[in-house]
Amino acid sequence: MSENLDKAVRDICKACGNDRGRLMDIVRGVQEKFGQVSSKAMDLIAAQAGARRVEVQSVVTFYSFLSEKPKGKFVIRVSNCVPCMMSGAERVARSFEEALGISMGQTTPDGRISLEWTACIGMCDQGPAALVNEQVMTYLGPDRAKGIVEVLKTHDEPPAMSLVHKLGDGNNAGDLIRSAVHNNIRKEGPVIFAPVTVGAALHKALSMTPQEVIREVKTARLRGRGGAGFPTGMKWDFTRAAEGKDKVVICNADEGEPGTFKDRVILTERAELLLEGMTIAGYAIGASTGILYLRGEYAYLLAHLENALAGRRKAGLLGASVGGKKGFDFDIRIQMGAGAYICGEETALISSCEGKRGDPKNRPPFPAQRGYMDKPTSVNNVETFCCVARIIENGSGWFAEMGSRGSPGTKLLSVSGDCAKPGVYEAPFGIKLSEVLSLVGAANTIAIQVGGPSGQMVGPKDFERTICYDDLATGGSVIVLGKGRDLLKVAAEFMEFFVEESCGYCTPCRVGNVLLKERLDKILAGLGEPADMAYLEQLGQTVKTASRCGLGQTSANPVLSTLKNFPELYQSLVKAETDGFQRSFDLAEAVSQAEAITGRKMIHMH
Amino acid sequence: MSDITILIDGVEVKAQAGQTILEAADNAGVYIPRLCAFKELSPYGSCRVCTVMVNGRPQSACTQPVAEGMIVESQTPKVQDIRKGIIEMLFVEGNHFCMFCEKSGNCELQALAYRFGIAAPRYPLLFPKRELDASHPDIFIDRNRCILCARCIRASRDIDGKGVFEFIGRGACRRLAVNSEALLAGTDAAATDKAMDVCPVGALFRKRVGYATPVGQRKYDHKPIGSEIEAGKGAK
Repeated sequence: MSENLDKAVRDICKACGNDRGRLMDIVRGVQEKFGQVSSKAMDLIAAQAGARRVEVQSVVTFYSFLSEKPKGKFVIRVSNCVPCMMSGAERVARSFEEALGISMGQTTPDGRISLEWTACIGMCDQGPAALVNEQVMTYLGPDRAKGIVEVLKTHDEPPAMSLVHKLGDGNNAGDLIRSAVHNNIRKEGPVIFAPVTVGAALHKALSMTPQEVIREVKTARLRGRGGAGFPTGMKWDFTRAAEGKDKVVICNADEGEPGTFKDRVILTERAELLLEGMTIAGYAIGASTGILYLRGEYAYLLAHLENALAGRRKAGLLGASVGGKKGFDFDIRIQMGAGAYICGEETALISSCEGKRGDPKNRPPFPAQRGYMDKPTSVNNVETFCCVARIIENGSGWFAEMGSRGSPGTKLLSVSGDCAKPGVYEAPFGIKLSEVLSLVGAANTIAIQVGGPSGQMVGPKDFERTICYDDLATGGSVIVLGKGRDLLKVAAEFMEFFVEESCGYCTPCRVGNVLLKERLDKILAGLGEPADMAYLEQLGQTVKTASRCGLGQTSANPVLSTLKNFPELYQSLVKAETDGFQRSFDLAEAVSQAEAITGRKMIHMH
Repeated sequence: MSDITILIDGVEVKAQAGQTILEAADNAGVYIPRLCAFKELSPYGSCRVCTVMVNGRPQSACTQPVAEGMIVESQTPKVQDIRKGIIEMLFVEGNHFCMFCEKSGNCELQALAYRFGIAAPRYPLLFPKRELDASHPDIFIDRNRCILCARCIRASRDIDGKGVFEFIGRGACRRLAVNSEALLAGTDAAATDKAMDVCPVGALFRKRVGYATPVGQRKYDHKPIGSEIEAGKGAK
């Protein structure tokens, strides 16, 4: 057994070049083979890859999909994101628990099946959803959960399609993906969902100089589509101008903001457009290395993407002398993630690509100066690269005419929640929330969460506001909350998400989010006081101001935006204390341990 | 030219290109409080106690390089309250019992609390369960007090060349680990390591030296933390 482990680990490390920088792939390989990365395995990996044992442990203990302790042969991960919960994820979880005879977070006694919650897996329009190892299950119900458990109990290798009740649309039904996932493309637009002629945009770009390509992207005033909206041309300018001839293009396909699933659809149906955009970026910046960082939850798309890459290499669109252009060599490798929302932050993503835990890096220097392996790096979103390809193909003027002055072009919106038509919509920037509600068939909407938990929760008085970088910004996530939804409970679930996903590096985020959740939970339990509102506001501002990266800088938003837009909800729950004690103070409970130890009861009780 | 002028709270401070705001401030006798920053170690930026406003935006002074004409705000009520809040967060996050801690009187966290006039934290105590490691004959680790500053990690890796320490876990579960399955005793850590000199609190401690200095004669019994910098003697 131990020679088995020894040889297997050596082989996995060797396949990754015994390269410490490939540690993510190494630990993922070991986890897949053994259901864990044990203490012994960590020692072996450390020896082979030239890392310290505790460094390997640091990586293994950081990512949700890796574990020191053994997990089952099958791991069922039920999504607990707000849209999935709204569509009945709790009942599905209970059904799994009943069928397996275990609770969430446990493994069956025979070690065969593990069951746990997981954060948003990008299936918000078709929940409740779950992962069974790498396979995605959507539109789940309690009966289907029972059926899935039956298959897993009786098959070591579940026959293809035994877990899938119906194939999805588009490429989801193809051999390379073969999944129940649906695209749900509800509204196509001219930028992303127009047809693609493979190579057209790239050949146009190669007929220009790299500087001309960047100028075109700048003239289009393209801004990053991941949510932050940094001007893409400017980012490329900085990267191109940075010292060092080895530059890197990275695609951020970590899509982890709950409620966001638009990149999943691009990866499924417009992979060529994305890869074309990445290649154009490589040409513009002067990079020969491209990395596509794919979130672990989208592993079911890996074969499809590798196939697209292979096809492009065969057609001379990747590799040496791309498109016949001497001196421009460019290729792309896929780096898999392993379950960590923070890896959507560009410097944490880079850390992960380097085989480390996903801690964001100190800035300055910015990635344009020193990024992946200290090389000048541009990290851009999936949708951004697609926009680039279209801009080169159709011209910056064409692009800038759409949308609004400050936010040109279209935006993919992934809409979920209380609406008749959840799915992906390509809309011009500047679209009003009320127009979105109309498009998606939403009625009696009491609030919209724009931009996921790190965005804003707005009410009807704001429904005439627009989606754009200068008003309500979003990477795509739009969650519709209808009549009867408990908005503060939703905010508390968002806070739980941030507590779970914080990397823990800096004090305000690591501690502050826990404190925000504590007080919000207390208010929801009916034990809050009016002073708690000012407490939450000040605490939230401290977390927002002092945090080191975008996660902490926005993690207080569920509390801050509900305090701002729905103060009446807090006011209806808090009550002033009347007897001199904080409402959450329970005298009997406070002395119970002392009573047990001394064997005496307290005489004076209120 | 490498001479740069910045403003800290409206006062001109001369700096060198390549310095961080914290370095420039220390050299000029302007005290910006800090916990994870340490003179011989590369900046880490985790505690956020050295937060300043730079041209209106919050940055950690220990990681931010100076630039000509930079406007830094440090002693404003807003920034001071943020720092105070962060120090209070550190207190409630761990189990900090000063009354019996071997570091009391020499502790940078405690000394900052005194300097900021913190009598009790405004946040609820979280009472986490934290592990001790007394396996090593000469050193103990008490994680109840660890503020995740990574000074020991950096010193062990970059100065001692040993790499004894690293963080494992994520979020509120982030904690100090050692490079061995067999606890600290299984590593090549030694009481003479630089890593044993740098802990700002009572988390990493040499055995058998606690309480050696009587109350009243400890480092921060004499003057508040930051006094040496304010006296113009430069950073420690």
